[in-house]
Parts: sequence; structure tokens; C-alpha cells
Amino acid sequence: MSRRKIYAKRFLGREATLGYLLVAPALAVISCLVAYPFVVAIYLSFTDKIIGRPASFVGLQNFIELFHNSIFWQTVRNSFIYTGGCVSLKFALGMMMALFLNQKFKGRIFARGLFLVSWVMPVSISCIVWLWMFETNFGLVNAILRASGIIKENIAWFSYPSTAILTIMTADVWMGTPFFGVAFLAGLQTIPKELYEAAEIDGAGSFTKFLLITLPQLRYVVFIVTLFSTIWTFAMLETAFIITRGGPMNSTHLFSTLTYQIGIALGRLGEGTAISLFMFPILIVLMYLELRYVRKGA
Amino acid sequence: MTTIFYERREGQILQPRRSNVSRRFFFFYIPLVFFTGFLLLPFFWMIITSIKPASEMYNVREFPLMLHSITAKHYQRLFNSMPFIIWTRNSFLVTISATFVSIVIGCLAGYSIARLRFPGATTIGIGIFMTYLIPRTLLFLPLAHILKRWGIGDSLVSLIVTYPTFLIPFCTWILMGYFASIPREIEECAMVDGCTRMQAFIKVVLPLATPGFISVSIFCFTLSWTEFLYPLSFIQSELQKPLTVGIVSRLRCGDAFFWGSIMAGGTLTSLPVIILYSFLQRHFVSGLTAGAVKY
Repeated sequence: MSRRKIYAKRFLGREATLGYLLVAPALAVISCLVAYPFVVAIYLSFTDKIIGRPASFVGLQNFIELFHNSIFWQTVRNSFIYTGGCVSLKFALGMMMALFLNQKFKGRIFARGLFLVSWVMPVSISCIVWLWMFETNFGLVNAILRASGIIKENIAWFSYPSTAILTIMTADVWMGTPFFGVAFLAGLQTIPKELYEAAEIDGAGSFTKFLLITLPQLRYVVFIVTLFSTIWTFAMLETAFIITRGGPMNSTHLFSTLTYQIGIALGRLGEGTAISLFMFPILIVLMYLELRYVRKGA
Repeated sequence: MTTIFYERREGQILQPRRSNVSRRFFFFYIPLVFFTGFLLLPFFWMIITSIKPASEMYNVREFPLMLHSITAKHYQRLFNSMPFIIWTRNSFLVTISATFVSIVIGCLAGYSIARLRFPGATTIGIGIFMTYLIPRTLLFLPLAHILKRWGIGDSLVSLIVTYPTFLIPFCTWILMGYFASIPREIEECAMVDGCTRMQAFIKVVLPLATPGFISVSIFCFTLSWTEFLYPLSFIQSELQKPLTVGIVSRLRCGDAFFWGSIMAGGTLTSLPVIILYSFLQRHFVSGLTAGAVKY
């Protein structure tokens, strides 16, 4: 201890300098390409900036206009339905996958690897694959439903708002489930076996054991994974952008696709950034929770 | 409720004797079939579509998973009518540069925060972690605007410069954990033996953190390789696009879809990451649990 203190004294001056020097590049990148753009975003949202034209200050007009825009409210609704639905489905399926992979059987590691394929694949490619899966005449989903006798006529998945949002949610769940599964599996493997043995002696059934041992023991992993996933799912662009393109009739836009549509495709930067900034309060809450929990766990 | 009989042998835990077969059916075979079907079918169908002749693909009477003959036409079309090679080159160029830059910067920052004592280290650490949680959706519009003003919009440079914004926080966070787990005494010994702090870092600490570097590189590679939103919003010229955006831009040819070639492109785009993971699964699972990457 005393040696450490001597070292600390001797090196403190030089150590601090070195410390700042080493974090400087990271901080430079973050301040130029994260903090600065964020400030620019706030500035742009108060202007009527259109690509190629000078901007003028318009105050809160962009935000007020959004409040009267029905497509925007539809997007808000969609984003919440999408995030809530996808995260809970990914959670449930991920838990099932983890419990399945936690059993002892031959080829378990191999199965874990195979099940990760959907998560490893580039998101944009997965979305293209699901666009093809739900294709009306030649898609696999309709073919399977037809073959199993559930439907007689092909369903035009992308033509109705309710089925269109189902397609993008399916794709999201498909891509995200393995992440939950593998994270939960890693958590399951840290639970001491003795807990289950003790519970068995006390006569607990599988469900009781799951409820009273597995879930409480997993709470840290569960919390972190769910929060992370909520943030990513909330900000998801690829599914709605590639699969439904926000259609039919702008009924499946998410925050990200509407931002892209207005800001890049139509070039109305001011309005676009205003839309994306609506996400910010929600993200702040999520980030705050995440941060508190990460620090508590670490 | 059926009664459960317990059989007790010495040193064995109580186990219900009954219903082993149906238990195995419900808890093993049903999930096995479900997960294999749900998670792998789309992937296999992508590969099947990429080698299936168009006449079979668009035959309504044929079940889509059937394959009577195979063709390389879709792959040929990929190389003949799309700048596929150039997109691949772009993807590799951007991915490797961004990964390299981010690991170097992230490693220095991670070491500094984990090891060096200076006022504000914890705050900086938390600040960097916060950046990791800011989604790209919030930043791509102003970034596109800024990059254009700096004169590097619509180029590979714009991607190499912006990818580190989401890679560096991740690298820093993960490597910080690895550096913190290496005993301080090892470093101090090296310094007592005459190394400077930088020498001790390079010769002693870095080699010990090798597993950390492997998982961080895998993740940086994957994240850059699969990135879609930034190139989509920054790049307009055909020949500057990376693979992901290039293929999506050719999804619709007028009103027609060339599903065969699209799936061929998808298969080839997924290939590098899938190969990477099949060889390094172990490292990547530990990294995944350490720092949630996507979703």
C-alpha cells in the first residue's frame, strides 16, 4: 500500500498529463462528430433550412407544424407499437432460446452458433430477405401458410397497414432474438446449481424454480439487455425503410424513416431534425436508467 | 394432478421418474424445431434463391424451398450488371480503416481511463459510454450537412471518419474492462525494471489484453461492414457505395425485382461476417455479453 502511494505521488504530475493526452483523440472525435452535430441538429430544428438554400430562424414553427401533422402522430404511434411489440417478443423468444440452449445435448455449441446467423447477418440484407419472404405471389410465408391449409388465397402483406407493420416487426424479432438468447444464456450459466438443487429438495416444480430462482438471478442481464434493445429498436431504420418504405400511405413510418424521408429525400433539413429530436427525451430517460444500472452493477 | 413418485438413491438428488419422454418432447424437440425453422429458414431460402433458375422461382405450383436444378446466372449478373467488385472493395477499405483507427484511439482512451489517475477520469468514462448509447438516427441529418460543408460528403472518407463515432465508445468501454482486470503490480514491476510507462503499456499490458483486442476487432469489423444508415445518407455516387447500400439501391429495377441476383448479393455480403463468426464464436460471445452491440 505504501509503495503504491509513493508511486502515486511520484507519477501524479506526469500521469495526469499522460492521461489527458491519451483520451484526447477519443474526445476530439466525439466532440467533432457527436457533440457538435448534436448542437447543429438543435440549431437546424429552429430554422427552415432546405438543402441548397440559406436558412432563416423560424423559432418553434417546425415543432408546432409537426403537432398538426397526422403522419407524424401515426409515426409516434407506430414507433411505440413497434418498439413495445418487438422488444417483448424478442425477450420472450430469447428467454425460450436461452433455456433451450442451457440443456445438455450433443451439438449445443454448434446450435448456438447456427442460431446466431440471423443476428450476424447485415441488417439490410436480413430486411431484403424478409421482403422476399413476404412477397405476395412467390414468397415463402404465403407458400407455407397455403401448404398448411391456413389460407386459401395469398395475402398481400404490404397492402394493408396492419399486416405491413407485422412484416417489419417479424423481421426485427428475427434479427434481435439471438442477441437476447445468447446474453440470457450467458447469464443462466452463472447461476449456481446449488440453488436449483435446494429448491428441488424443497419440492419446487420447473415453473416455480424459473420464477423464484432463474428470473431474480438474471435480473441484471435482463435489465441491461432490455434497455439496450429498447434503444436500438426505437431508433431502427432498416426494417421500415427497406421492407415497407413507410407504406402503404405512410402508415408504417418509424421516427428514423420519417426523419430520412423529410430530411434527406425531400431535403428539408429543418423539419427532419425536428422529427429526430422528438426521440431525444425518450432516449434520455432510457439512457439515464441504463447508466444508473450499469454503474450499480459494475 | 398426477402423483409424482420420487426414487431416492444415495447421493442423488430427488428426481421425478415419470414423463421423461413427454418432457423431452416439450422442452427439447418443440423448441428445436421452432428455433431452427424460424431462425434458419430465411437464411437458407436466401441461399436457395440465389442458385435457383428463374423459371422455377416464378412457378406458382412449385413449393419455394424445392430446388430441381441450380444456376450461376444470378451470381454472373451480379458481376456483369452491377459494380459489385467496387462495392466490395469500398466495404473492405472502409471497414478495415475504421476498425484500425477506432481500436488505436479506443485502446489509448481505455487504458488512460482504467489505469491513469487524473481528475475527471470517471466523468470522461461515463461521457464516452453515453455516446455509445446515442443512436445514429439522431445524428445522421446534421452529420450529412456538416460533412458536405467540410467537402468530404459523398466519399469513402466521410465513412472512415464517421464510423469511429460509434466504434470508439465501444472499443474504449470493452478494453477498459480488460485493462482494469490486469493487475497493476505487473506493470509496476516492469517500471521498476526500467521501463517507462509507455514501454510497460506496450510490452506488458497490450499482450495481456489480446483476447479483448480480438473481440473488439470482430465487433468493429461487423459493425462497420453492416452499417447502413450513414452510407445511405452520406453517399450518392454509385461507385462510392459500400456493399450494403449498393445492393439495396439495386433492389428495384424500375418496377421489377431481380430476386435471384439480390439474394446472390445478400449471400456474398453476409459471407465475410459469417466466416468471421464461425471461426471466432468463443471470443465473440464473451464480447457480446460484455457490451451489447446491436439491438
